[in-house]
Amino acid sequence: MRVTQGAFSFLPDLTDQQIQAQVEYCLRNNWAVSVEYTDDIHPRNTYWEMFGMPMFDLRDAAGVMSEINACRKTYPKHYIRVNAFDSTRGWETIRLSFLVNRPAEEPGFRLRRVESQGRVQRYAIEPYATDKPAGRRY
Amino acid sequence: MNDPSGRPDGGVGEQDVLALLADLDSELIGLAPVKRRIRDVAALLVVDSARTAQGLPVAAPGLHMSFTGNPGTGKTTVAMKMASLLHRLGYVRKGHLVAATRDDLVGQYIGHTAPKTRELLKRAMGGVLFIDEAYYLVRPENERDYGQEAVEILLQVMENQREDLVVILAGYKDRMATFFECNPGFSSRISHHIDFPDYSGDELMQIADLMLERMGYRFDDGARAAFVQYLRARMEQPHFANARSVRNALDRARLRHASRLFGRIAGADRETLSTISAQDILASRVLQAAHRGESEPC
Repeated sequence: MRVTQGAFSFLPDLTDQQIQAQVEYCLRNNWAVSVEYTDDIHPRNTYWEMFGMPMFDLRDAAGVMSEINACRKTYPKHYIRVNAFDSTRGWETIRLSFLVNRPAEEPGFRLRRVESQGRVQRYAIEPYATDKPAGRRY
Repeated sequence: MNDPSGRPDGGVGEQDVLALLADLDSELIGLAPVKRRIRDVAALLVVDSARTAQGLPVAAPGLHMSFTGNPGTGKTTVAMKMASLLHRLGYVRKGHLVAATRDDLVGQYIGHTAPKTRELLKRAMGGVLFIDEAYYLVRPENERDYGQEAVEILLQVMENQREDLVVILAGYKDRMATFFECNPGFSSRISHHIDFPDYSGDELMQIADLMLERMGYRFDDGARAAFVQYLRARMEQPHFANARSVRNALDRARLRHASRLFGRIAGADRETLSTISAQDILASRVLQAAHRGESEPC
């Protein structure tokens, strides 16, 4: 099952050229771009691992691209996303976030039914991949 | 590779380049070898875009440079100009300049250097990285110095990301020569070794005029003659730093001009406020010393 998280996720995967153009847009708006990765793709898993520091004061997307490529080389089978943080007062938040890498095979999510108090039925989802320990998923 | 300039027409015309070179000629005095090299680079760009139009192969030229020369010969000034120039020529995408010294590149403990250097390189991408006094990067006498690590990362990026980044090293000639001897990889990855010559007396005078014009002052005839005399005396003295010495001399002349006017500022018109006269120059210790036959500088 194809994971759809972040911007552009219903489009075909972005090419490097398209990623570069998006990053250029972020830098033009003075957003700080950072690269993060994870192998736990649960939708509530907000905080991914940072790959290096967020990149401030960049002028050109080439620096970010080299960082993305370094991350892909280190974690070829992880989900990798690019975040753009807007530090303007009043925003102070991520303005754009999109996936730049995903594993070749995405097994999808298991729906788990949990019996709660009385006969209340609750539902939970979890990625099949997280059955295995971190680092050996995908 | 796309056209790095991002111009819609995808090329630079001969006219643009000629206009740009004319600009440079009027802004920089002397420095014939520097201008010649910039001219060559600009010409290559025009030829390259013509070649592209004809379907001939075009390789990105190596643009890393090393500026060597005596103090005050304009190395830093030219490096600043070079960034915007290369941008206008379409060789670099953004045209900003990141100036770095040893502190910005070399870390303080094990594992600190590589991220620090990489971060700086990332910031400089799309523009020019200017490393002033590059010979301080490596301290050959200390074998545990982290400078070597920074140099290796730098060399790697200079080699692999030539279209993203232009590196300019600058420093005094003899020390740069030693630096290149210790790091032969550097020397061979830099395609332009440009030596900045000392300025002649006439050129220094033109520089003085240009500086004064920018500061909104001018010499009167007496002051001009006095300044020629001053330059002649100053060039004989030790620690002469070309244009930097001229700037300092002018700053001091402005101070004397100011204190001469101080106290009767009410009656001063535009002319008086902007004219430096002979007495402002002649009061200089350089000339006083020359008269007395001493060689005390400043």
